Amino acid sequence: MRLKTLMLAICALFATSMALAPASALAQIEVDVNKGDVQPLPIAIPAFGGQRGAEIAQVITGNLERSGLFKPIDPNAFIEKGLNVSVQPRFPDWKSINAQALVNGQVTVEGGRLRVDFRLWDVFSEQQLLGLQFTSTPENWRRVAHKISDAVYERLTGEKGYFDTRIVFVAESGGRLNRTKTLAIMDQDGANPSYLTDGSYIVMSPRFSATSQEITYMTLKPEGSAIYLFNLETARRESIGQFPGMVYAPRFSPDGGRVAFSVERSGNSDIYVLNLKSRVSTKLTSDPAIDTSPSFSPDGNRIVFNSDRGGSPQLYVMGADGAGVQRISYGDGRYTTPVWSPTGDFIAFTKQTGGEFHIGVMRPDGSDERLLTTSYLDESPTWAPNGRVLMFSRETPGGPPRLWTVDVTGRILRPAPYPGSGSDPAWSPLLN
Amino acid sequence: MSFSTKQALRLALVAACAVSVTACASRPKPMPGPTAPPPSYPAQPAHPPGPNGPVPGSVQDFVINIGDRVYFDFDRYDIRADAAPVLGAQAQWLVRYPSVVIRIEGNADERGTREYNLALGARRANSVREFLVSHGVAAARISTVSFGKERPIDPGTSEDSYQRNRNGHTVITGGAR
Repeated sequence: MRLKTLMLAICALFATSMALAPASALAQIEVDVNKGDVQPLPIAIPAFGGQRGAEIAQVITGNLERSGLFKPIDPNAFIEKGLNVSVQPRFPDWKSINAQALVNGQVTVEGGRLRVDFRLWDVFSEQQLLGLQFTSTPENWRRVAHKISDAVYERLTGEKGYFDTRIVFVAESGGRLNRTKTLAIMDQDGANPSYLTDGSYIVMSPRFSATSQEITYMTLKPEGSAIYLFNLETARRESIGQFPGMVYAPRFSPDGGRVAFSVERSGNSDIYVLNLKSRVSTKLTSDPAIDTSPSFSPDGNRIVFNSDRGGSPQLYVMGADGAGVQRISYGDGRYTTPVWSPTGDFIAFTKQTGGEFHIGVMRPDGSDERLLTTSYLDESPTWAPNGRVLMFSRETPGGPPRLWTVDVTGRILRPAPYPGSGSDPAWSPLLN
Repeated sequence: MSFSTKQALRLALVAACAVSVTACASRPKPMPGPTAPPPSYPAQPAHPPGPNGPVPGSVQDFVINIGDRVYFDFDRYDIRADAAPVLGAQAQWLVRYPSVVIRIEGNADERGTREYNLALGARRANSVREFLVSHGVAAARISTVSFGKERPIDPGTSEDSYQRNRNGHTVITGGAR
């Protein structure tokens, strides 16, 4: 009976099963990503059987552990060995080491394709929570591991995962007076880093399109700045065009059809939006103050931006047509780099106060401000696609910038799994 | 000193050119003072070139005798009292050597976020540009760019270092002797 259930569980059923059985329906185990005081859930992830099986389990373990919501159990403690996806695990063996969840799987290679079957078990209720199968080319085994991580995370937290994603960022090297800045991309767990520019000029503020295959970024040379669109699949690069003065701070609209950015003319920066189809640009702000760092709301109807029109840098929200500007930040300090969450419930920002920098979040109306981090220099927050984790860059005095992550409660703060120096991270949407 | 006297001096100095280049290279660049007192700069438009001074109208002449950077207060872009004489001297020098073209680079310290600092650097570059234009330098000879906080000249993390990194840098891009 159990076996039959397992055999029927295929990828196509995944969405349906999720809809029918949200995590809250299972009283035994669930993880609340929005509470600041949860204990990480003990989870056992033995090496999968077959080719790459141990590595796949390691990637899943790393992902879930870094989320701060799971506590993978040391495999040396495991009693039952050699699990079979077609057979129910010996639950007492897993209960006795206090594993609340168990992930096991099997890798098979058929006709040059890698097939990974996996199961997620609720150990104490002895129930199967997921039974899925992913296939891919053998060299894509890490992505399969990320998709399994996302499925487990979603099943146990009720929130979308964020592991099958990439980060585009600025890799930095060299001393403070001759820093080289190179556009780079990597998987969210730091694997597969590669460079997209040659480091001969400054690059800044890369951002992903919601389509995830296109980025926009800015180049800065002595003769001026430019904004580019870069297709990651075709490597095609194009400028968004010539403007008087500097152009900087580009961001895609959620539908990918527009880019908002700043244009500087005679020292004054205003926000423009360019329709990528018609190539018509529209000026959205006309104020002698600095107006920059625009970020669209997920529905594309509003833009949060940074302006010092009130005397110091603060956050403002306006319609996507520039109408109805309203200030939303009122605390002490200087607010910059607003980023609207992909889920719409928060705006993340950098706040400078009392000689320190913080990454913080507030509601889109400015209420419920919370500071998540404090350091000599934190900046450039970017949201994971599930809107529950932020990546940002942190500098110690005199040191190079490093990438860090923090969850929306501020409880789970840690260096990102990238050993090098990096700044200006931008998180991709979930890959297809 | 009259214009003709300077001209004569400059002609006389052409012969000493090779010597002067070596001498200039080892001459320290004026740096701003420590913390509270603003950076000190020669209040006079230009030192008369000494026997071993740089070739008048050269990049070195501009950098050493006039000063190529002016400094700003935190998050400010107005020309400070100590910067005005330097920019006045820059303007006079540029009027004297009309073939010279310049780029003004605006810079910010690291105590701000990247994009805001780009905007702030652009304001500073524009303040310098407007000063020079109002003192007779043709706008067509001037371009501007902001490097934000990307091009510090002092790697330190003291207020003194931040102060040096908040500057407008006048760079000669062509037409100098």
